[in-house]
Amino acid sequence: MTIADRPELLSVQGITKAYPGVVANSDVSFTIREGEVHALLGENGAGKSTLVKMIFGLVKPDAGQMRLRGADYAPQKPGQARAAGVAMVFQHFSLFEALNVAENVALGMENPPPMRELAARIRAVSEEYGLPLDPGRMVGDLSAGERQRVEIIRCLLQDPKLLIMDEPTSVLTPQEVEILFKTLRQLSAEGTAILYISHKLEEIRNLCDAATILRRGKVVGTADPKATTARELAELMVGTTLTPPERRRADRGEVVLGVSDLTLASPIPFGTELKNVSFTVAKGEILGIAGVAGNGQDELLLALSGELRAPADRVRINGQPVGDLGPEARRRAGLVAAPEERLGHAAVPDMSLVENALLSGAVRKGLTQRGFIDWAGAEAFAAQIVKDFDVRTPGTHVAARALSGGNLQKFVVGRELSQDPSVIVINQPTWGVDAAAAAAIRQAILDRAAAGAAVVVISQDLDELLEISDNFAALNEGRLSRPRPVEGLTIDQIGLMMGGAHGMEVAHHGA
Amino acid sequence: MDFFGITPSVLIASLIVASVPILMAAIGELVVERAGVLNLGVEGMMIMGAICGFITAVETGSPVLGFLGGAAGGAALSLIFGFLTQYLLANQVATGLALTLFGLGLSSLIGQSYVGIKPPPTQPVPLGPLADIPFIGRVVFSHDWMVYASLAAVAGVWAFLRYSRAGLILRAVGESHDAAHALGYKVVRIRLLAIVFGGALAGLGGAYVSLVRVPQWTDGITAGAGWIALAIVVFASWRPWRVLLGAWLFGGISVLQLNLQAAGARIPVEYLSMSPYLITILVLVIMSSGRGRAALNAPAALGQNFHASR
Repeated sequence: MTIADRPELLSVQGITKAYPGVVANSDVSFTIREGEVHALLGENGAGKSTLVKMIFGLVKPDAGQMRLRGADYAPQKPGQARAAGVAMVFQHFSLFEALNVAENVALGMENPPPMRELAARIRAVSEEYGLPLDPGRMVGDLSAGERQRVEIIRCLLQDPKLLIMDEPTSVLTPQEVEILFKTLRQLSAEGTAILYISHKLEEIRNLCDAATILRRGKVVGTADPKATTARELAELMVGTTLTPPERRRADRGEVVLGVSDLTLASPIPFGTELKNVSFTVAKGEILGIAGVAGNGQDELLLALSGELRAPADRVRINGQPVGDLGPEARRRAGLVAAPEERLGHAAVPDMSLVENALLSGAVRKGLTQRGFIDWAGAEAFAAQIVKDFDVRTPGTHVAARALSGGNLQKFVVGRELSQDPSVIVINQPTWGVDAAAAAAIRQAILDRAAAGAAVVVISQDLDELLEISDNFAALNEGRLSRPRPVEGLTIDQIGLMMGGAHGMEVAHHGA
Repeated sequence: MDFFGITPSVLIASLIVASVPILMAAIGELVVERAGVLNLGVEGMMIMGAICGFITAVETGSPVLGFLGGAAGGAALSLIFGFLTQYLLANQVATGLALTLFGLGLSSLIGQSYVGIKPPPTQPVPLGPLADIPFIGRVVFSHDWMVYASLAAVAGVWAFLRYSRAGLILRAVGESHDAAHALGYKVVRIRLLAIVFGGALAGLGGAYVSLVRVPQWTDGITAGAGWIALAIVVFASWRPWRVLLGAWLFGGISVLQLNLQAAGARIPVEYLSMSPYLITILVLVIMSSGRGRAALNAPAALGQNFHASR
């Protein structure tokens, strides 16, 4: 029996949802059959998350109907969706770090059995699907892959008919992705339909039976992902043709940034300590650092930016020990850093773009004199960033909070790159940014490197790292692998550098 | 056997009684904070409980109704805090401080005509022969019912947080309101219930001060007990039984200080009266020097306002 002959499970008809100032979904319709793996494909902000939140009862649609197995379906809250057999694995925000696995699972169930019984069922289901988990462990101590298992098992315990997965692979190593896909295929074979949200084209081509493509809240097409090329899918998703960034080889110069044997405890609760991290970056070189989230990326950025101090000789810029210096002194020495969290770390949400430009640029752009602020200079600097990096904003006086994620990211990255630095450290340069803006940011990083800066890019997006970096290393539980040239690296090797499958095993077939 | 003329059984018995107000207020605040809300208005809610309880008891002649009135007074004041922080998203620290100032002023206003009146007395629970057991009888079986109620509150809160589903949901809301919301729990409603519970217990603690401990009404009668209760919650690293320990420790020091003074000990009184606060600071330093917030066991979303967005 092919997928097309199977009975219809969920049909979505003309769903519309508007928020003040933005239409998140406009007249969206599609159908999922039993056992089908259906992809929802679209860029950040295309309306995928809003759509699935409506299916899961977290958000109410303004117009349109849904039918589940022929009956009207309009969940008022997630509990009703769960009772109807719809389960969801969230991208973020659904686990509690200070609670244990069983408690986390219980919170996602309507009528959980007593804890002891629940623990036994968690063990049983995790065995069946090859996702080993200890119910008594604190979630804060688990790896990203293990946390996702908690979510998946929480769903599986309720025998879902439809499993919604929101960008499930963004936190996994390639090996872990393979195991996840085996589990998903097993579920699909057992008749569970899967609504799979992603913007990763190869995954969708690999896994899904059908795809609905969203752009700016509207369905712009449907496709059979197995019969469509990744390029065609990408163009449907983005709406324009994309040009890959252009690389100009710079002559590799002397070593600018050197980190040797850096071991630091994490200041973040449930963080990861850095263990014997060593690497060097030369003039004009881009070092890409991969790793699953929570393996020491944030700590490494803090240690390089100067927010976390180390013994002086552990970090050197142009041979000068700077390990015990703070961020201001390191900026003076030529190092700029752009952390992952845009609001609250890279930028002060309620301050204007001018003030935010001043906060980081004051030292290198000479925007303060004898303790007084050169406002004209700060405004000119902010305006320059807005112009050079095509930041879409009504003006430089608006608060950082008011910018969309992609625009603010262009601003904070642009602010650091515009300070004529000799060392650049960026964590997740294009996180949550649409494809066109991401391409612009990557091009700007490449240009800086070509102009002679030493660049460290920390990212969870492997494609991005392979596209722009010269050398590649991976963080795994706070240890950094030896950097290797990108050319000639295979995905398997990269996966192993990232820590392989973290002890997961493939699903026992038919168990 | 006596030390400095202090009888141990009397000392322990009076320690238990002295700690009831701060114990009540602290266990209520613990529930509030485990739900992720920092209500610094404990002092204000206690004194509102003190005056409302006092007025109810005097007007009705019943101490039991008095305690209920005290709980209602504290809960009513906490509702103001709940409305401001949960619906209007006001800053919790500022609102809590304002609540204390407001409570102190309002209680003084409505209590003006009650100064100098004696409330109906609250009698010890008649436990018959149990109270005649040497030492243990004096220490354990000679108290009024509020003492036993406060111990029951600790046990109840402990069991609620540890074993009940509602307690698990409450802890989850305090850990991550975003995650709890995503799973479909009503964050604001749960927090509001916790705030009202905390207010009612603070009110009970306050009523105990004006009806049993003192017992009469004067302005500012709680004298900083609410602040000690807040300190105890941190001292206890948000665990119910440690709250009991902290309350006894702090209550014990205040009793010991009075007894030592009466016995004419040569330690300056000021050292003893500052010691509860010194101990709190010391414990905080020791606990937070380790692994930060996780070691402290503080609820991760403590003090953060929640607004359901997309």
